[in-house]
Amino acid sequence: MGYKGSSGKFLDSSDISIGDIVKITKNETSYQGILLDRAEDPDDKHIVLKLNSGYNVGIDVVDATAELVQKGDIPKLEHHPLNIKKDADKPDISIISTGGTVASVIDYKTGAVHPAFTADDLIRANPELLSHANINGKAILNILSENMRPEYWVKTARAIVDEINDGADGVVIAHGTDTMHYTSAALNFMLDTPVPVVVTGAQRSSDRPSSDAFMNLISSLVAAKSNIAEVTLCMHAEEDDSYCYLHRGTKVRKMHTTRRDTFRSINALPIAKIENGNLKLVDKTVEYKKRSNNDVHLRDELEEKVALIKSYPGIPGDIIDYHIDKGYKGMVLEGTGLGHCPDNLLPSLERAKNEDIPIIMTSQCFYGLVDMNVYSTGRKILSAGVISGLDMLPETAYVKMVWALGQTDNIEEVKKIIQTDIAGEIGEKSSEKFFLN
Amino acid sequence: MDYDKLGLKMGLEVHQQLNTEKKLFCPCKCELTDKKPDYTLLRMLRPTQSELGKIDRAAFEESRRKLKFMYESYNHETCLVEADDEPPHPLNKEALEIALIIASLLSMNIVDEFHTMRKQVIDGSNTGGFQRTGLVATDGRLETEYGTVVIENLCLEEDAARRMGQKKGKVVFRLDRLGIPLLEVTTDPSMKHPEQVKEVAYQLGQVLRSTKVKRGLGTIRQDLNISISEGSRVEIKGVQDLDLMPKMVENEVKRQVNLIEIKNELQKRDAKVADDIYNLNDIFKKTDSKIISNAISKDGNILSIKLEGFKGLIGKEVQPERRFGTELAGYAKKMGVSGIFHTDELPAYGITVEEVEEVSKLLKLSKNDAFIIVADNEEKARNAIIEVQRRAKIAIIEVPEETRKALDDANSEYLRPLPTASRMYVETDIPTTVISREHIKVIESNLPELPVEKKTRIIEQYKLSEDMASQLVRLDKVDDFEYIMFSSKIDPTTVGSTLAYTLKELRREGVDVSKIDRIILKKTFALVEKGNIAKEVISDVLVGSINEDTSPKETAIRLNLIMLSEQEVEDLIDVLILENKKMVEDRGMGAMGALMGKSMQKLQGKADGKLVNKLLMDKIQNIK
Repeated sequence: MGYKGSSGKFLDSSDISIGDIVKITKNETSYQGILLDRAEDPDDKHIVLKLNSGYNVGIDVVDATAELVQKGDIPKLEHHPLNIKKDADKPDISIISTGGTVASVIDYKTGAVHPAFTADDLIRANPELLSHANINGKAILNILSENMRPEYWVKTARAIVDEINDGADGVVIAHGTDTMHYTSAALNFMLDTPVPVVVTGAQRSSDRPSSDAFMNLISSLVAAKSNIAEVTLCMHAEEDDSYCYLHRGTKVRKMHTTRRDTFRSINALPIAKIENGNLKLVDKTVEYKKRSNNDVHLRDELEEKVALIKSYPGIPGDIIDYHIDKGYKGMVLEGTGLGHCPDNLLPSLERAKNEDIPIIMTSQCFYGLVDMNVYSTGRKILSAGVISGLDMLPETAYVKMVWALGQTDNIEEVKKIIQTDIAGEIGEKSSEKFFLN
Repeated sequence: MDYDKLGLKMGLEVHQQLNTEKKLFCPCKCELTDKKPDYTLLRMLRPTQSELGKIDRAAFEESRRKLKFMYESYNHETCLVEADDEPPHPLNKEALEIALIIASLLSMNIVDEFHTMRKQVIDGSNTGGFQRTGLVATDGRLETEYGTVVIENLCLEEDAARRMGQKKGKVVFRLDRLGIPLLEVTTDPSMKHPEQVKEVAYQLGQVLRSTKVKRGLGTIRQDLNISISEGSRVEIKGVQDLDLMPKMVENEVKRQVNLIEIKNELQKRDAKVADDIYNLNDIFKKTDSKIISNAISKDGNILSIKLEGFKGLIGKEVQPERRFGTELAGYAKKMGVSGIFHTDELPAYGITVEEVEEVSKLLKLSKNDAFIIVADNEEKARNAIIEVQRRAKIAIIEVPEETRKALDDANSEYLRPLPTASRMYVETDIPTTVISREHIKVIESNLPELPVEKKTRIIEQYKLSEDMASQLVRLDKVDDFEYIMFSSKIDPTTVGSTLAYTLKELRREGVDVSKIDRIILKKTFALVEKGNIAKEVISDVLVGSINEDTSPKETAIRLNLIMLSEQEVEDLIDVLILENKKMVEDRGMGAMGALMGKSMQKLQGKADGKLVNKLLMDKIQNIK
C-alpha cells in the first residue's frame, strides 16, 4: 500500500484498510467515503477518500479521527467467461500483449483502471473485434516499453512462432509506444513469417473515451488479415481519428512525445493506409513479402553487448574506449550530418577496428543517406573501419547489430550482414516523398 | 399550485467562468474567438466500460448516436492540450486561488488536498471524453430570507468546448472555450420556494462577482434541480434569466404533475408497450405526406409501434404548448430524426384517414390504443422508435429522471438521462495539490468586499446616491472610481455620474468606451479639478481623446474647450457691458438676466457660470 509515515500510522491505529467505507472527522468537517490507496508519491500526511459524489479528496491526518462505517474488500475484478463460439468463416488472429494497455476497464467505485489482457477482456472492452476475426488473446509480458530488453524481443518472437504454428492467420502485438519501433525492427530480423505480424499501441491510454487504442487495434486486425506477411507497425496517421498507417517495422520512428500520429515512416513511405476496415497500398509499386503457407522461421540468437552512442560537439574518445574496455561487441554511432564525428574520436575508432569491434555510422538527421565520401572527416572515419549505415535509422541499425552479432562471430560476415538489406531496412533509392511525410 | 403539498424540492448549480490569465491546464488565453479556424480535427469517442460491464447510461446513450466530432482549432488561440494530443500541464494556481477566495466567502470547509478527477462526458464537448474537475470545498452556508441554504460543493473544473453546430452528421465544436477555468457551486436540494432559488442565484452571482470572474453573456450558467414527492429529480440546464426561474419551476412541476396523471390513467387502463416494430412502407407507398414519401424515396423506412391504452393521452398537454407526444418526440429526436407522428394528431400532415385506418388494422389497434410513426433512414428510424418505446414504457411506471434543456419560454426539452454517479476516476496526469491551512488563513484575512458591502461603504464614504452606488458596483466601476478619487479633490458625484451614467450613454451612442481607460479618466478629471475645463464638457474631452488618440489636455485645446482665466472673462464682460451700455443704464440690475445669457453664449462654456454671474453683478453695480 502507498501509505507511509503519519498517514500509514493513522490508518494502522484506526484499524482501517483500503476499500473500507470510513468517516473521517476533523474540526467541524467530516468526510465519508471509500478509503483508496495512494499513488506512489512522497506524501506521508494525506489519506485519500472517494466520496459518494465520486470526487477524491486528500485529508491531512493531523487532528483527524476515523470511524469505520463498513468494512470493505479490496475491490477485484471478476468476469464470467464469455464462451464465444469460433466462427469458421473468419480468420484466427492472435493478440499478444507485452504491457501496453490497448484495452482497459475502469472500476468507477474506486476509480482504478484495470488493463485488459485476456482475449475475453479485450473482447469485453472492444466487442467489434469479433466482427473481424476469431480472437485469441495472450499476455506474455507486463512491462512499460522503456523497460523492454533484447531478451524480451526473443520471448515475444517465440510467442509469435507458437501462435503461427498453432494456426494463427495473423498476429497483433500490443506494445508500449516508447520503444515500439525497436521491437518491430527486432522482430523483422528474427522472424521469417508466412503471415502478417503487426505491432500496435496507443498514445492516449485506453481508459479514456478519446483513446486512439481502439482504432489502432481494429486497423491492426485488418492488417493482420491482409496479404502483407512482414512485421509492420500500425498507428494513427493523423491527429484525426480518420485512418491508420501501416509502416514497415524497420523504417519507422516515434517522432513526437504526445501526438497520436507520432510514428512516421522515415526514408520510406508507409506501406499501406487502413481506413474504415479497408487496407490500401500507399504506393502501388511498393514491394512486400506476400502471405504464404511456408513454415515460420526463427533466428533469435542475439548479442546484447551493443551500444548506441550519439556524437556531439566536444564528445571525447573516452566514450568509445569505455565501451571497448567494458567488452562491448559492437557499437552504433549516431553521427552528425552525412555521418560524421569529430577527428579526436579517430584513434578510438581505429582501436575498435583492431579489436574486431564493428561500428556502424548512422545520422542524427534521421532523414537521408549516410555518405562518408564527401568530406575528409568522413573518409578518415571510413578508413578507421566504420561501416556506413546507409539510410538505416540509428535504432534499426542498433537492433540489426544486436542481431547480426548473434548470427556470426566472423567480423567480415557481420559487416556484410549490416550492409545487406534483410528486412526492408535499407533503401537504395531515395525519393522527394520520403522527407517529413 | 400548492408546492408544499406536492413536496417540491429544488437545488441550484451555478457555473462561473474565471477571468484568469491562462486556462486551467494549459497556457492558452481564456478568450473566445470568432476567427476562422486554422484547422479542424476529426475524432470519435467510445464509452469505457465500468467494472460490471455496465456503461454509464448517459454516456451509453450518447455513444448510440455514433456521432463523430469535428473540433475547430487554431495555431495560436489553442494548443495540443485542448486537442487531447498533449497531457494537461500542472493546475493553474491562479484559478485555485480564486476558488479558495469564493470558498472562504461562502464559509465553506476547504479540502486539505485537491485531486483532479476525470468525469466521463462523451457528448463530444470534451476532446478527452471527460471533463477534468476537482472538489475544492464543502458545506458552506448562504443566508436568505427564506432560511439558510447549504452550499454542498464547490468544484474547480474546465469549461467544455463550444458547440458550433452540425456539419455532415458531425457535431462541430470549437476548442477556444475548452479549458477555461470554471467554478461549479452546488446547493443542497432543500429549497422549497421558487423565489428562494432566484434569491440564492442572485446572491451567489454577487459573491462570485466580487472576485476575478468573467462577465457577460455565457460566462455564468445556472442549472436547476427540481423534484416533487411523487415525481423524479430533473435537472434543467442553462437557465439564463433569473426572473424566469419561478416560472420555470412552475412549468416543471406542472409537467411532472401531468405525467403522474398520465401514469395513473395508463395504469388504470392496464396500458402496455409491446416490443414489436412494424414496417409501414407498403401502406405509405403512395402517400401525400412529404416527410414520409421523402424517407421512402431515400430508401428509408417507415416504422411504427403500438401503444396499448395510450389513446388520447399522447395529445395531453404537459407544459404550456407542449404535449406528452412532445416528450416522446424528444427521445426520438436524440437519435437524429426530425420528429414523430402519433394517433392523437392524425389524420394531418398529409396522412389521410384511410392511411390511419390501414395502420390501425395492421397493428390491430383497439379503441384505447395508439400508434407512433417514425420515418427516416433504416438505422435512425429504428433507433428513434426504440427510444420512443423505451420512453412510453417508463411512462406507465414513473416520471423519468432526466437532464433537460431550459427553453426561452420557461419550458424545457429532453436532453439526456440524468448521469449516474459512477463515472469519475482520477486524472493521473496531474499531481495532487496540498492546500495549507496557513495559506487559507492568509486568504481569509484578505477577503474581497462583497458587492453589497462595497455599495454601503461608498455611499457612506463619498456621499453618493443609492442608485449611483449600485450602478458603480454593478458595472464594476468602483475600482476606477476610487482610483480617481484617491488623488483628487473633485466632487465625487461628478466622477460617479461620469462612470455610472455618461459612459453608458456614450456606449449607446456607439462610442468604444473600452478605450476610455482610467488614465484618460484621471487626466480628464484633473482638468476639471484645476478649472481648465467645465464639467459639462467631460464627455466631449473623453470622446475626443480616444478618437484622435490625444491626451485630454491636447484634446481640450484642440476642441477649444479650455476655460478662460478670470482676467479674460472680465475683459470679455467689460466689452459686453460697453456694447450694451444703454440697456444697463436703463434697467440697472434688471439687465442681469439678458446679459448673463449673452455672456454665456459668448463664452461657450469656457467659464464658470458662478464667476460670470459675480463679475456681471459687480460691473453693473459699479457703472451706476
